[in-house]
Amino acid sequence: MADEDDLILSDLDDGELVSQMHDDLYDGLKEEIEESVNILLERGWTPYRILTEALVSGMKVVGDDFRDGILFVPEVLLAANAMKGGMAILKPLLVETGAPKMGKMVIGTVKGDIHDIGKNLVSMMMEGAGFEVVDLGINNAVEKYLDALKAEDADILGMSALLTTTMPYMKVVIDTMKEQGIRDDYIVLVGGAPLNEEFGRAIGADAYCRDAAVAVETAKQFIARKHNQLAAG
Amino acid sequence: MTNALSKLLETRDWLLADGATGTNLFNMGLASGDAPEMWNEEHPEKIHALYKGAVDAGSDLFLTNSFGGNASRLKLHGAEKRARELSRMSAEIGREVADASGRTVIVAGSVGPTGEIFAPMGTLTHEIAVEMFHEQAEGLKEGGADVLWGETISAPEEYKAAAEAAALAGMPWCGTMSFDTAGRTMMGVTSSAMVEMVGKLKHPPLAFGANCGVGASDLLRTVLGFSALGPETPLIAKGNAGIPKYVDGHIHYDGTPELMADYAVLARDSGATIIGGCCGTMPEHLAKMREALETRPRGERPTLEIIAERLGGYSSASDGTGDAANEPRPDRGRRRRRA
Repeated sequence: MADEDDLILSDLDDGELVSQMHDDLYDGLKEEIEESVNILLERGWTPYRILTEALVSGMKVVGDDFRDGILFVPEVLLAANAMKGGMAILKPLLVETGAPKMGKMVIGTVKGDIHDIGKNLVSMMMEGAGFEVVDLGINNAVEKYLDALKAEDADILGMSALLTTTMPYMKVVIDTMKEQGIRDDYIVLVGGAPLNEEFGRAIGADAYCRDAAVAVETAKQFIARKHNQLAAG
Repeated sequence: MTNALSKLLETRDWLLADGATGTNLFNMGLASGDAPEMWNEEHPEKIHALYKGAVDAGSDLFLTNSFGGNASRLKLHGAEKRARELSRMSAEIGREVADASGRTVIVAGSVGPTGEIFAPMGTLTHEIAVEMFHEQAEGLKEGGADVLWGETISAPEEYKAAAEAAALAGMPWCGTMSFDTAGRTMMGVTSSAMVEMVGKLKHPPLAFGANCGVGASDLLRTVLGFSALGPETPLIAKGNAGIPKYVDGHIHYDGTPELMADYAVLARDSGATIIGGCCGTMPEHLAKMREALETRPRGERPTLEIIAERLGGYSSASDGTGDAANEPRPDRGRRRRRA
């Protein structure tokens, strides 16, 4: 059986290899992803094309199946880890070649909240989708978020809370952004187990994201909208 | 069967557990981000009041203030070396309250998740998890807990580690998982998978079930999933008092005491023996639940429709059991896995 299943990645043509990479991402096979990324580089693919066609589109399947309840956290973590392996190779090359950027997100749990599994998942999935992520960790005060948004020239602010007692702090952050006249400079996404859409609207966030897959899709939509606006303006 | 919980279960066909710990402590002035376990030492009178609130409202069993009392969680507060001590204190206060109640009240030593992800993706190993839970278990035992009580667990590995730690401490235990992701735990465990896992444990729990999660309806769907498989072990239902809503700058759970009374009776009809609340469940909810369990007759096993009608709709169409569980995963056209 094992012999039959053996597959030499470098023997595949480009189309087959990209499909294989989608499968390997789905199965969380990091080494295979790294090998395939290197093969495509050798074949003259641009880093940006590998990122979008092989990795990001493969992770989209993972994200969709996570959203639809077919995959769960453990599988998604493995897939994200495989993606990360590929990204580690591509990252310096993407910078060198001045490839277009997906967008940058500053993320952290809000002041008083130390629960970070959800936030970590969103970080991994966002990176998996090609976004740059600046993770501020847990227990962030409003100044910390705002300083990082400015210093990193970020597009998106992501705030996470697991406790009903800490979720109102998201409004403090958004209100401060409004006071400083910078609210509309950023896309604000919020998430966390006790939140819901109604809450997201009530505090003035752009969107509430039910899970990490939804966060990625929402971020993509808002970034696309922002680009369109820039193009139109 | 020498432990207090088994004895009580022999004489009663339902028990009322307690409600929320966090929601109550926040109302008493605990600041967000502070470790509730520190209050076992700094404000024992408030922890006393927390337990007494549940007991006075009619709880037969309450959980100690030690949910985050493992080394991994306490480390976030620089108190990782105090897991055993703080857990012991939580049980000592519990013992006092239970013994002063004038009836049999079970002190259940709460053991919450470590908050870490298991290897290979995370850093947690079975050995480390067992060691952490065991340390906490010894503290709870020293403080006089009748049973250990694992709760809000999402990873099967962590549930198994809690079982092993209880065995090492020579303690009976109960354990509930939190089914908050489309009817499964965050790590993908369905109600039926949990029944199967519990059935294989070397040191099985005295009772198992579900706590927290989404709303009261979702939790009962999970309990129906357990009881459909007919496990002999008694079932636990500890659901949230509805869903948190944001009103005028603060959060409150939308489940009224009347709704939780309906929930308690439906939980019993669904097959649960130990029935309590979780987040948002206050003493006034517990009192109504007690009254309902004492005065209302047992009914038929409810359908999902009846539960939705009485308590509200579900957060997802399916909970991953039954027909949905038997559907094969979509064929991904995998050609191979290299040796």
